[in-house]
Amino acid sequence: MRLQIGNEVIEIKPPSNGGKSASVVMGLILLTITAATSIYSIGTEEEGVVLRFGKIVKTVNSGLHLKVPFGIDRIYPVPVTRVMKQEFGFGTRGATYSSQMSSDWEMELEKDMVTGDLNSALVEWVIQFKLSEPEKYLFNVRDADETLRDASESIMRAVVGDRTVDEVITVGRAEIAEECKSKLKELVELYDMGISIDQVQLITVNPPKPVQASFNEVNQAQQERENSINVALGEQNREIPKAGGEAEKSISEAQGYAMQRVNEAEGDSAKFIALFGEYLKAPEVTRRRIYLETMQDVMPKLGKKVIVDESANQVLPFLPLTAPAAK
Amino acid sequence: MKKITIRFFVVVIVFAFSLLATGAIFTVHETEQVVITQFGKPVGDPITTPGLKFKVPFIQKVNVFEKRILAWDGAAIEMTTRDKTYIIVDTYARWAIEDPLLYFLSVQNERRAQSRLKDILGSATLDAIASHELAEVVRSDKTRKPVVEEEIAEADQSGAIGNLIPIRRGREALEKDVFTASEPVLKEYGIKLYDFRFKRINYNTVVQERIHERMISERKQIAERFRSEGNGEAAKILGNMERDLRRIKSEAYKEVQTLMGEADAKATEIYASAYNQSLESAEFYQFVRTMELYGEMLGGDSTVILSTESDLFKYLKEVEPVLDPDGSPGPVIEGPRSAPEFDN
Repeated sequence: MRLQIGNEVIEIKPPSNGGKSASVVMGLILLTITAATSIYSIGTEEEGVVLRFGKIVKTVNSGLHLKVPFGIDRIYPVPVTRVMKQEFGFGTRGATYSSQMSSDWEMELEKDMVTGDLNSALVEWVIQFKLSEPEKYLFNVRDADETLRDASESIMRAVVGDRTVDEVITVGRAEIAEECKSKLKELVELYDMGISIDQVQLITVNPPKPVQASFNEVNQAQQERENSINVALGEQNREIPKAGGEAEKSISEAQGYAMQRVNEAEGDSAKFIALFGEYLKAPEVTRRRIYLETMQDVMPKLGKKVIVDESANQVLPFLPLTAPAAK
Repeated sequence: MKKITIRFFVVVIVFAFSLLATGAIFTVHETEQVVITQFGKPVGDPITTPGLKFKVPFIQKVNVFEKRILAWDGAAIEMTTRDKTYIIVDTYARWAIEDPLLYFLSVQNERRAQSRLKDILGSATLDAIASHELAEVVRSDKTRKPVVEEEIAEADQSGAIGNLIPIRRGREALEKDVFTASEPVLKEYGIKLYDFRFKRINYNTVVQERIHERMISERKQIAERFRSEGNGEAAKILGNMERDLRRIKSEAYKEVQTLMGEADAKATEIYASAYNQSLESAEFYQFVRTMELYGEMLGGDSTVILSTESDLFKYLKEVEPVLDPDGSPGPVIEGPRSAPEFDN
């Protein structure tokens, strides 16, 4: 019987005398235990580093593998393709990765930072990374995960420390994440810890709690300013075009008046000139005719007519002057 | 043959077990390095490579040390900067046992090594902090120009907002100070210092409150500025509006009056040129116009007392032709000339 384990080949010959059944059973049990402890599996996202007598011999991919039993071969599986996450200043509960978040007490300390204008800000961020080189990750740095946390905190503070509180809270967010990422990459390379940084993301960045209200007040005041301006502009927009229209209206009316006035004057004068031309031909008759025509027109409309004889020197007695005008 | 094979196999296993049991054979892990001592005294070179190793059983002892980079996490300690600001400084370092023999002889174990690191790095940190202003610990880049939010900066009257505190050296220089001060000392313990960094720099709680108060007052003055600007802008707009309204209205009034005046003047001229051709025409106009007025003025509510002397009724008394030498047709009534009204 041949059993291959790793590179070694072990030959086991069954006892040929066949008499000692007890030793056969013993041998079989030993064989079963050996076989069971010789098989191991590496998960789909993992790679396994194999140490024989404490020394790296190889790195294996996912699947079933054999090893030398009895503690001679030790297997260290590392999830190389899994994207790992560390959260700072906050924490998502239920994570399987033990270094993903700190304790509640630590979280408060993690996010509190001094900015470059010596104000404070609360910064929450997350880094994503992979354990891309399992041998380095396992054997170059002890507590690689804690080292990464320390590095991330130190670098985030260095980057925030070079920015004003306004930059940290508003305009500088993307830039901060980017600079933090490149600096963290450098540091991870310095420690040679087999970790590759994928992402650094700022989550929420706030002024310290007691200051938040006054920061909001600034935003509010900005809105109020826009609002007052808009209200005033609204009034302006309501009044000015109306006034313009009214002005045009009065000008048009005046133009109408002017035209009417001139036209009427021209009409009147044309009429007069025509009439005067006729009048000149026979002044006396025309004058009398006009007079009489006017009287003809006027007299019937009059309410009371009193005719006085100059020579009688008194009003004709039958006319009741005091009676109200009939009709 | 077969028996010999089995026996050999058994002998090998027994021998191996006995070597392990006596400690003659031992493994050195990837993460380990070993100093072998004999009656407490190191013998030979330290073993820094992993694998199966041998030693003399019973009298030689294996002393295992870490080979990996190790952590030193400084406690958060309150310190005072040169500008008398109380801050809490939290530091960390990374180190490794470079010379296990020296390390073994000087500190023996990691607990003592950590305590050495604490003493050496701690005091170097204290020196660095105490001899620098706060900004030197916080900031790193001497030349960086901050991105300024225009609106906020314009509204700010204190001049403090949007400015970075200038520095001469900076955080990284200070870290380097601590590093260079500690590295040679630690080397004497067989320790290689990889890196020293400030992890957290925070204000102590009393200072923190003061900082918050300052931040609040800075923001409040900006908010006030914004509000005042809003009111000012609104007033400006309303003022402009009032001015424009008055301009528009008065310009219209001016034009209206001009138009009407010109029209009136022109009409007057037209009338005058028609009526004032001659004395006769002027007199005729007066007559015609008077006649028109009679028609307009006299109605049902008028009572007229007429004399038989008048042209109209003189024939009531006689029919002899009477010749009026001046041709006057009777009473002349002056009436107001009606003008169109313009409502301004």
